[in-house]
Amino acid sequence: MSMNPFCEIAVEEALRLRESKAVDEVVAVSLGPQQVQETLRTALAMGADRAIHVSTEQQLEPLAVAKLLAALARREQPLLCLLGKQAIDGDNNQTGQMLAGLLSWPQATFASKVELDKAASSAKVTREVDGGLETLSCQLPAVITTDLRLNEPRYATLPNIMKAKKKPIAKLTPQELGVDVTQQLVTLQVEEPAQRKGGVVLGSVAELVEKLHKEAKVI
Amino acid sequence: MLLQQVARGCCQLKQLAAPASLGSTWRHLTAHTYPGELSGGIHLTEEQLGMQALAHDFAREQMLPHAAQWDEQKIFPVEVMREAAKLGFAGLYVPEEYGGSGLGRLDGSLIFEGLSYGDISTAAYLTIHNMVAYVVNKFGSQALKEQHLPQLASLDKLASYCLTEPGSGSDAASLATAAVPVEGGWLLSGSKAFISGAGASDVYLVMARCQGQMLSQQEVDAAAAEGASGSGAGSTVGGGSSSTNGAGGSGSGAITAFLVEKEWPGVSFGASERKMGWRSQPTGTVNLDKVFVPAANMLGQQGSGFRIAMHALDGGRINIAACSVGGAAYCLDYAWQYTSERQQFGQPIGSFQATQFKLADMATGLEASRAMVRGAAVALDEQSPRATLAAAMAKRFATDTCYNVANDALQLLGGYGYLMDHPVERYCRDLRVHSILEGTNEIMRLIIHRQLQRLDYHHLV
Repeated sequence: MSMNPFCEIAVEEALRLRESKAVDEVVAVSLGPQQVQETLRTALAMGADRAIHVSTEQQLEPLAVAKLLAALARREQPLLCLLGKQAIDGDNNQTGQMLAGLLSWPQATFASKVELDKAASSAKVTREVDGGLETLSCQLPAVITTDLRLNEPRYATLPNIMKAKKKPIAKLTPQELGVDVTQQLVTLQVEEPAQRKGGVVLGSVAELVEKLHKEAKVI
Repeated sequence: MLLQQVARGCCQLKQLAAPASLGSTWRHLTAHTYPGELSGGIHLTEEQLGMQALAHDFAREQMLPHAAQWDEQKIFPVEVMREAAKLGFAGLYVPEEYGGSGLGRLDGSLIFEGLSYGDISTAAYLTIHNMVAYVVNKFGSQALKEQHLPQLASLDKLASYCLTEPGSGSDAASLATAAVPVEGGWLLSGSKAFISGAGASDVYLVMARCQGQMLSQQEVDAAAAEGASGSGAGSTVGGGSSSTNGAGGSGSGAITAFLVEKEWPGVSFGASERKMGWRSQPTGTVNLDKVFVPAANMLGQQGSGFRIAMHALDGGRINIAACSVGGAAYCLDYAWQYTSERQQFGQPIGSFQATQFKLADMATGLEASRAMVRGAAVALDEQSPRATLAAAMAKRFATDTCYNVANDALQLLGGYGYLMDHPVERYCRDLRVHSILEGTNEIMRLIIHRQLQRLDYHHLV
């Protein structure tokens, strides 16, 4: 039942947008094998209206996910695609950005605040960047990816968990969406970082400089 | 602090114990499985897995970080329980039309298992609150249900269950609180002891012994006239020791269930007891001094109170046992983590066979307890004739076994287990009472034997 935490924040933000009437419907989407349905049920239990499961046993890379989501977006014509900024297993931080690129939509990533202006069909998004906070304005439809401080996701409620059973989960395949999801990346090698070795007590600054130059090669 | 903060990069490891030091911002950043998700015997539906996860997450995030403080400072966490109520945890068996969750006993047992992982004492109070809401729904009039159920489901009102008295614990049928019939209702007088929530709760389910039949206005006048003319018959009509008309008598046949409100004249409370555990709940005496209870506040029929009380306890026992399972699961997880880290003689103590055997036995006992609790819950949901037997067996077995699991966990922690710095001692203190209340485990044995005699022995064991 564990939904990627950033995705959970995205679901929560979508629900809040619906509650404030900025959007009419929240559709939860996930991609992968049958287990993915559990995550979709969690989204439905939180309050999403319906769900779409893109079913495949294939290991999906960010570009493949972005292509599938783009194909879906062309079908569903949403106002907004809300994604978590990254998945905590891969930590790729690519899908949202690639999706925006494929659709030629504006993107606002690492959102810590989202304000939708339905009338003006635009969004104002505050982003957490290294230097601080940056606020962007963009036209809709757009892609927004969520960061940790955007909101605190709600718990599902017991009645909603029971109601989720009745909400539809549509099932599609990559073939039906016309997307080739063959892996394009090959993992060549995986290794642990080198074990941390003990330090050395040095006699002088000159010795330190020599070691930094000759051994650590940092100067 | 013994348990390490889990770094994001390590989240792929399935952590058995969610370290207590993580706050809600880190929710889900540790991938964890839920205890009992795959427990043998009963296949859980997707919805039940969802409920289990919800209860467990809520307990770990909203209860566990505060439980030590609630215990030490005797704080009754009404606000947190209200948050739990928003998720549906306060009206589990109340129909949706009254704002409840409309769930069954198996669902309830999963939820209490989850909640007690975080705080047994608070979870246990919620079992009692839910038990009273259940009784009001099943035996109350339409008007009474409309008046109380929505607020019980939202926890705007808290409820307590009053059966035990200073003079009647195991011998519950000998209770002495009297209900004297008057016009329009009853006057209740007596004392109830060991009441969870006493003083804090808004409504009290009170079992009292009726001293006669309900009176109509005519009967009141007639009795008064009789009294005035010196016939000395008093104001009771149709009294005597017959237990069939629900009046008077020393047996259980006169006991009737009433819903009493805190604010009514004559209701008072003793000082809160100082207890070994369950310290986040106020426990005390409820005193009734000629409290007028309108006829509308009778639950079920006059004289059916004892049966109602016992029927409610079938469910209550399963839930208390579920609380034992949840609490013990936390202790097992905690001890598992500790023994993998604590080193003595150059290695983790978890590598010694004695430790491994102990953990294996703890896990086995926990699994057996869980299976019995869920099996009894299913029997109650199915209204099986063996439900009472199953509930008594589950309560007897799980409460004792799970206390031992917690106690073993304390032992595995060594000296640290004895300190309040680690939560295991609190779980032990909280679990100790589960073998005593809602029917002592000795009474459970009486019930088990009686049920085995009553039902066909060979079909059951």
